[in-house]
Amino acid sequence: MTKLIVLIVIILGVIAIAQLVRMYELSSKLRNRREEDIPNRDNRLNATLLLVFMLAFFASVIYLFVEYGYTGRGEAASVHGASTDWLMDLNLWIVIGVFFLTNALLFGFAFKYVRKPGVKAYWFPHDNRLELVWTVVPAIVLAVIIILGLRSWNEQTDESPDEAIRIELFSKQFDWTVRMSGDDNTLGYFDYKLTNENNPMALLTTKTIQDAIDSMEYSSTGIHALEAKLNNPHLIFIPEDHDLMVKDLARKERMVRMLYQLKARHNSALDARAMDDIVFNANDTLFLCKGQDYEFNFRSKDVIHSALMPHFRSQMNTVPGQTTRFKFIPTITTAEMRVKMNNPKFNYILMCNKICGSSHYKMKLMVVVLDKPAYKKWYAKVSKFDPKAADVCKTFRNIYAVGKPKAVVADSITVAAGTSVDTAAMATK
Amino acid sequence: MAAHEAHAPHDAHGHHHHEEGFISKYIFSQDHKMIGKQFLMTAVFMGVVAMLLSILFRIQLAWPGEESDFLSFFLGETWAPGGVMKESMYLGLVTIHGTIMVFFLLTGGLSGTFSNLLIPLQIGARDMASGFLNMLSYWMFLISSLIMLFSLFIETGPASSGWTIYPPLSALPQAIEGSGLGMTMWLVSMTIFIASSLLGSLNYIVTIFNLRTKGMKMTRLPLTIWAFFITAILGVLSFPVLLSAALLLMMDRLAGTSFYLSDIIVGSEMLENHGGSPLLYQHLFWFLGHPEVYIVLLPALGLTSEIISTNSRKPIFGYRAMIGSILAIGFLSFIVWGHHMFITGMNPFIGSVFVFTTLLIAIPSAVKVFNYITTIWRGSNIYTPAMLFSIGLVSTFITGGVTGIILADSALDIAVHDTYFVVAHFHIVMGMSAVFGMFAGVYHWFPKMYGRMLNTRLGYAHFWVTIVGAYGVFFPMHFVGIAGAPRRYYDYTVMGEYDKPTFDMIMDLNVIITVFAIIAAFGQLIFLFNFFYSIFRGPKAVQNPWRSNTLEWTTPVSHVHGNWPGAIPEVHRWPYDYSKPGAEEDFISQIVPLAEGEEGDH
Ligand code: HEM
Ligand SMILES: [Cu+2]
Ligand SMILES: [Cu+2]
Repeated sequence: MTKLIVLIVIILGVIAIAQLVRMYELSSKLRNRREEDIPNRDNRLNATLLLVFMLAFFASVIYLFVEYGYTGRGEAASVHGASTDWLMDLNLWIVIGVFFLTNALLFGFAFKYVRKPGVKAYWFPHDNRLELVWTVVPAIVLAVIIILGLRSWNEQTDESPDEAIRIELFSKQFDWTVRMSGDDNTLGYFDYKLTNENNPMALLTTKTIQDAIDSMEYSSTGIHALEAKLNNPHLIFIPEDHDLMVKDLARKERMVRMLYQLKARHNSALDARAMDDIVFNANDTLFLCKGQDYEFNFRSKDVIHSALMPHFRSQMNTVPGQTTRFKFIPTITTAEMRVKMNNPKFNYILMCNKICGSSHYKMKLMVVVLDKPAYKKWYAKVSKFDPKAADVCKTFRNIYAVGKPKAVVADSITVAAGTSVDTAAMATK
Repeated sequence: MAAHEAHAPHDAHGHHHHEEGFISKYIFSQDHKMIGKQFLMTAVFMGVVAMLLSILFRIQLAWPGEESDFLSFFLGETWAPGGVMKESMYLGLVTIHGTIMVFFLLTGGLSGTFSNLLIPLQIGARDMASGFLNMLSYWMFLISSLIMLFSLFIETGPASSGWTIYPPLSALPQAIEGSGLGMTMWLVSMTIFIASSLLGSLNYIVTIFNLRTKGMKMTRLPLTIWAFFITAILGVLSFPVLLSAALLLMMDRLAGTSFYLSDIIVGSEMLENHGGSPLLYQHLFWFLGHPEVYIVLLPALGLTSEIISTNSRKPIFGYRAMIGSILAIGFLSFIVWGHHMFITGMNPFIGSVFVFTTLLIAIPSAVKVFNYITTIWRGSNIYTPAMLFSIGLVSTFITGGVTGIILADSALDIAVHDTYFVVAHFHIVMGMSAVFGMFAGVYHWFPKMYGRMLNTRLGYAHFWVTIVGAYGVFFPMHFVGIAGAPRRYYDYTVMGEYDKPTFDMIMDLNVIITVFAIIAAFGQLIFLFNFFYSIFRGPKAVQNPWRSNTLEWTTPVSHVHGNWPGAIPEVHRWPYDYSKPGAEEDFISQIVPLAEGEEGDH
């Protein structure tokens, strides 16, 4: 019903406009006015409107700056962030100046030099001096902007000092996982083929390699099980299924060969690097210490994500197959920021900022900055070795299940070529 | 120049008119004027679709999760169950909106329409170098448009990984539904589109080089032609790179290669691919992607140069500097692509190089702006709708251009990359500017296309609603971005969980933006009405309504095959002799020989 009414209104509207236009045309015809002859009245009206528009536009820009220009991100909460903000402000002033000046010239001239009867336009095809001026002046301003910008860029992308705490942020659809480097402050190596439920970040140790090989060979969908099935004369498959299984088997055989290579090359002295790493669960808050240098490494399990931390003025993409990095020093604790933002419930956030799937907009992580004493207390708790308290003490040694992985665990990683994955189900995960 | 001599036999042929059938005249036409109109019609249609899509997802952004009859009307139960848009469809709509706007409206539509219409008319040629290839170019454009549109209706939804379709997301149907059939259709459509664009561009280049009439030196070409010329060269050099990027992606999707894929586990499926790099795709994509923004922009700048000069009754200020800046922009646009990749993990040193080259581009852009302003200064400005849109273009080019300086500064880009600040920037500098240029062109050359006039008053109404609406949409987006709101977000509730006041501010702005978007969309109805009404019933046009100098206004109002019924006129002067001292009229057509003792050119 409403649709019908809307339709009727639209039709009537079109007819009304058509009638108006007809009338306008008839009156033009009567007065012998052609469409391309713009009457002075119209011309002046539009010139005035251009000026009025400019004033209104400027006024709304200023209004927006006053009302919303404080930026909801608040004060920069990192050392480099403060200098980024300074540079941003400087650039904004330059840019806003140019914006007002050139727009004013444009609309001002458009208003002032509207056609006046009897006045001919001024013949002014070029002027080398003027053109030189507006080539050189922008060039100089830009040189300043480039120099200041690159200085800041070099500082921000420079290597971290040795004492920086190394943290890995691991991204996948649609959550973040934190890994801290532990007491030795080195992150253990990883290889994506080692991923399983107990080892979600695929850390590389003698044992994780062996477990991956075992699960590839002996799990219920492993190589031996597949071979047995395919060679069983009593089983009959539809051809597609058979093809899939053959493909799957071939793929697993290739992967297991790579795992054996990994095993052969592996130096067990490196295990220690991984053992003291603190591996949190997906979505576990990232805790940082005020005034501490941090070196962040980023990895992605599936597609590109991006770690945007607006309050720290930091961002870096996470790229599958590659490790990316950045560094910063937090300067304001969460508690202090709550006061500054005048919001007792405020929290720092890390948001995914590269389109990564349908739940992209929900992919976030809470970040908490503590002062030194509080941080130390927290760290002592999570880095302890205590196999019985694996929910709190998160060192890899502590949480990585001892013994052969259970069959179910192996099942969760299928290496099948055409395994249909229910994307809808994934999306809602 | 040998070119026009070689063309001489054709002149005789131009005299007699052979009756054309309906099909060869309107459908499989090889006449550049008709092909230009076909491009325009297709582009108008695609533009309306893309605008409608943007209104749909703007409604979701302003009133997230609220039931909307409007959404359920257009999207139905599958995509908007109960009138609330599905999150995967949101991304699909954004992707197709961006793709259509950039490629189909502003590349195919803008260049296709005006290069076809104006190149032969303004250089004094009977038609394009190859009418057949030109026809082919249109038909491929149409086919690719249709494929892109159909992809909106398939069960798994259209491509949904953003108009930049970064792999691995676009390569893995397991990661997002739209990367299945929808993505395949996107790639097929774009492949055909690229072929169409290449055919068109090669034709434009050859025509401009070889078919200029006697006396039409390169330095006597209207700036429109210079802009189309450089645009075509940019297209020929950069679109093949996009094609290669798309082909490699296709291979990763279908043939199991690993150009862009490495060490991936998606869902619970461990892929074998190893050694590829997603960054490779980004390099290839942006090697097209950045020139692409100038492919979109330069024709608009060319059109407005011509319109501003005509309607200010003044020569365009610094003709040679304008050509120089087009050339500089064209060249520089090939060495700045890395500014889209500052935070992708690309080596920071390479980032610094791109900062430098990118900020260099600001110089020729500034020159252009100042030249426009000086042209208007002490002019005798006549505000036709085309002139108003041109002034609007200069304004948006400034407003959007200055924020580019912030984004080009890698140190600052870190904090605003991929936020709404970027969305504001590129919509104003590329979207609004190019759309304004296109509208200006339509208002100005409508009499040449259809032999009738558009209604001026409706044109005014259209302009004022559009500029107010468009700035109202895109200016506030800067503040949404600076508040830290990422783009391509279906809704912002997660920000609310962490900082309610900021979230409230974003939502305030989002409502303002959407209201303006709806107003702007209604404003376009005025244009559509005016456009279609005037095609059939507008008052008949005279030969040279704007009292303009260029050659197209020396052709008869009703289209003839071969453009000029008699011999092609010879050109004696540059196109910008407006209000020349000593001349009687305030314009002197290019075909008027220099008077005794008159100084030629400029
Ligand atoms: C009615 C006018 C328009 C409105 C309301 C509008 C609004 C939007 C919005 C809200 C987005 C989503 C931004 C995001 O989440 O990333 C978007 C994306 C985009 N728009 Fe528009 N837009 C309009 C016109 C245009 C025009 C004229 C262009 C031509 C350049 C354009 C090109 C794009 C592109 C390239 C994207 C990016 C798509 C992507 O993220 O993949 N839009 N638009
Ligand atoms: Cu993500
Ligand atoms: Cu670019």
